Amino acid sequence: MTNETLAQFPEEAKNEDSAVVFGFWMYLMGDFILFAGLFATYAVLRNNTFGGPAGSAIFNLPFVLIETLVLLTSSFTCGLSLLAARKGEARRVVGWLIATVVLGLSFAALEISEFTRLVMAGNGPQRSGFLSAYFTLVEVHGLHVLIGCLWVVALIVAISIRGLTRSNMRKLALWSLFWHFLEIVWIFIFVIVYLLGVMYP
Amino acid sequence: MTWNTFIFGNLSWSVFPTNAIAVGGGVFMVVAFVVVLALITYFKWWKSLWNNWLTSVDHKRIGIMYLIVATVMLVRGGADALLLRTQQATSVGASNGILSSNHFQQIFSAHGSIMIFFVAMGFMFGLINLVLPLQIGSRDVAFPFLNNTSFWLFAAGAVLINFSLIVGDFSAAGWLSYPPLSELAYSPTTGVDYWIWSLQIGGIGSLLSGINFLVTIVKKRCQGMTPMKMPMFVWTVLGSMSLVVFAFPILTATLALLWLDRTLGMHFFTAGGGGNMMMYVNLIWAWGHPEVYILVLPAFGIFSEVVAVFSGKKLAGYASMVGSVIAIVCLSWFVWLHHFFTMGAGADVNTFFGIMTAVIAIPTGVKIFNWIFTMYRGRIRFLTPMLWFMGFAVLFTIGGVAGVVLAEPAADYQLHNSLFLVAHFHTMIVSGVLFGYFAGFTYWFPKIFGFTLNERWGRRAFWAWLVGFILAFVPLYILGFMGATRRLDHYSASLGWQPLFIVAGIGTLIIALGFIFQLVQVVVSIRNRKAARDYSGDPWDGRTLEWSIPSPAPVYNFAVLPVVEARDAFWNTKQEGKSRETNFKDIRMPENSALGILIALFVFFFGFGAVWHMWWLASLGLLGSIVTVIARTFAEPEEYVISATEVALTESSLRDPSAAIAL
Repeated sequence: MTNETLAQFPEEAKNEDSAVVFGFWMYLMGDFILFAGLFATYAVLRNNTFGGPAGSAIFNLPFVLIETLVLLTSSFTCGLSLLAARKGEARRVVGWLIATVVLGLSFAALEISEFTRLVMAGNGPQRSGFLSAYFTLVEVHGLHVLIGCLWVVALIVAISIRGLTRSNMRKLALWSLFWHFLEIVWIFIFVIVYLLGVMYP
Repeated sequence: MTWNTFIFGNLSWSVFPTNAIAVGGGVFMVVAFVVVLALITYFKWWKSLWNNWLTSVDHKRIGIMYLIVATVMLVRGGADALLLRTQQATSVGASNGILSSNHFQQIFSAHGSIMIFFVAMGFMFGLINLVLPLQIGSRDVAFPFLNNTSFWLFAAGAVLINFSLIVGDFSAAGWLSYPPLSELAYSPTTGVDYWIWSLQIGGIGSLLSGINFLVTIVKKRCQGMTPMKMPMFVWTVLGSMSLVVFAFPILTATLALLWLDRTLGMHFFTAGGGGNMMMYVNLIWAWGHPEVYILVLPAFGIFSEVVAVFSGKKLAGYASMVGSVIAIVCLSWFVWLHHFFTMGAGADVNTFFGIMTAVIAIPTGVKIFNWIFTMYRGRIRFLTPMLWFMGFAVLFTIGGVAGVVLAEPAADYQLHNSLFLVAHFHTMIVSGVLFGYFAGFTYWFPKIFGFTLNERWGRRAFWAWLVGFILAFVPLYILGFMGATRRLDHYSASLGWQPLFIVAGIGTLIIALGFIFQLVQVVVSIRNRKAARDYSGDPWDGRTLEWSIPSPAPVYNFAVLPVVEARDAFWNTKQEGKSRETNFKDIRMPENSALGILIALFVFFFGFGAVWHMWWLASLGLLGSIVTVIARTFAEPEEYVISATEVALTESSLRDPSAAIAL
């Protein structure tokens, strides 16, 4: 919406914002269902190791903890960028967003190194039903993180060019919902895949 | 990897079909396509087509485009049905019929996939697009651009599934591609990949549409339209779309997993390697059963509108209708296992799902009774939409009772995979879903196009469909009891099934005749459009808001946004004798955008590349679609303003016979 029409139809603009946010929530709920399908698949195939390694043999908990901390920190910087946005400090917003994207990419890099290690040891996703389910679940999350990073980069460019316009504020809010959603999914992965995988082989 | 495999992936000259029927179908399709393109060029329609239709974000035009694609796909799916029926009527004893076994399997797989994903879903989204915003007193859907993109994704999926007719083959693994048959080891050609990607692309379009309409209903209702004042169609669409949002991601995940198995050699559903093929069946039906209700709920909504209007009474038991929609939405998540009682999950599990399946018939029964109560003591006008309802009420009840029979696990062990099942679900989908959409099409046609459809040809079409349907499917119920399984391409003459198969084949021909009558109906109506022009905007003495505006609905829908005080808002206004609001103001509308069609084009490239392992094309398509989406977020959506004087002029001229607007 252009600023001119915004001034002309303020009530409609407000309604549009709330519709977009609600719509995005609906998308997130749908995405949750997608992950629920992958989690269910993982739960079914968890013990189908087909002579390959079980989770307890290949999961490196301290490493995963580092990954988790990196992702949680990125959630914190994401929150700080929103706080700065509320105060109207565009430069700070961009700064925190850059921090978030760096952390997000570090998380992705850690994950890729973990996967490389597994594949090199012959424990790739083709090895067994369990590993197919494990790789797919975690990779789909990782793919979401990469999409989130791409989105932040676009946001950084948009905010640098146009500042904290109404439409940029809205995009920032949506992206932060997305980013926190990924945190929540990761917590489930951490608990259900890694912790339970090591505790109950 | 050689350059050749890099560029062309698995494509080679040998992938083009050589079988006479397949070549005929492919050539016919290509020729039809070229003729259409040539006509558009000859009449110099390209510019107007592009500006007014392909890039349009107007929900009414998008709705019409959905209907056109769905009709084209109905021709394709119907041609498949005729081939299947011909094969089963002739392939007995020494004769092998007209199709090879493998080709027969491809055709029934294509028939099912196309009819559900591109005909039923297409008609459904078409009708919802046409009328939902009108019924809730809104100028458009919540996200007009997304609506255009969804349509094009749907169309891209439809094009991709038809490509299999020309390049390569289609899946021979059934419309839901159960593994292990659909795994690479048993389906080594690209057929299943066509199936995966056309459904995936179309399915993502459907998911986005589902979100769009859900938000539209929740956020865009006009002032005063509280939930219990919404028209029944809006309620059913709300139920249907909430199922879309929660069911389609399961389909997305399942298709992706099957693709990972086939392409990257993973072991989700493989017979060896630690896969679990029954998990696929669970996942696909956890989407598939809600899908049935996704399709049928809007049809219920249409009938609720049609029966009330043509009986001249308010809908009986509105609150119980709302309750039954909600009950169906909830219960539809607890019945999926009845598609595979014979999997052997155990007596307790089968009992639970058997009972749930029988229970879900209750809210559906509530609806049937409410429609009959609505008709009771009404002044019923038996126009075409009402005829479709009458046909539906009888057939759907029979099919529903057959469903309750199948819901008994013990009976299901006998009837599973038989033609009884095929007859049951065709009764639900054809007489339930399709008849409903036909009724809605006839009912709402004047609102969208400005003139009513020809009644005589409508009746002929209805009777052909009804008689054809009974002849085509009653024999299948009987054959099912006699032990005929589904997907038979050949049977022994000693079984004595052939006469019944021949009757079914004749029935299918009569259905085809009914479809031709419908085409004739549209052509005749267009030719007589001046005589059938609807100046009142309310040709049926309607009850809901869409009839309060002129026909055809102007681009902005409502000149003045309505304020609703009662259920059946327009009926209420008419009773109170209120005059139309004429205090017009400027209206802002979203500009068209070419990015939706561009995104879908890139996604199509991605799909085609993924099917044929042309990874450069797939990467290009993926990259292109991502860049286009990002570009869209940077472009501030443009808008234009329709001035108040222009609105006043449009309103009066649409209702004025002397203005003689060219339709």
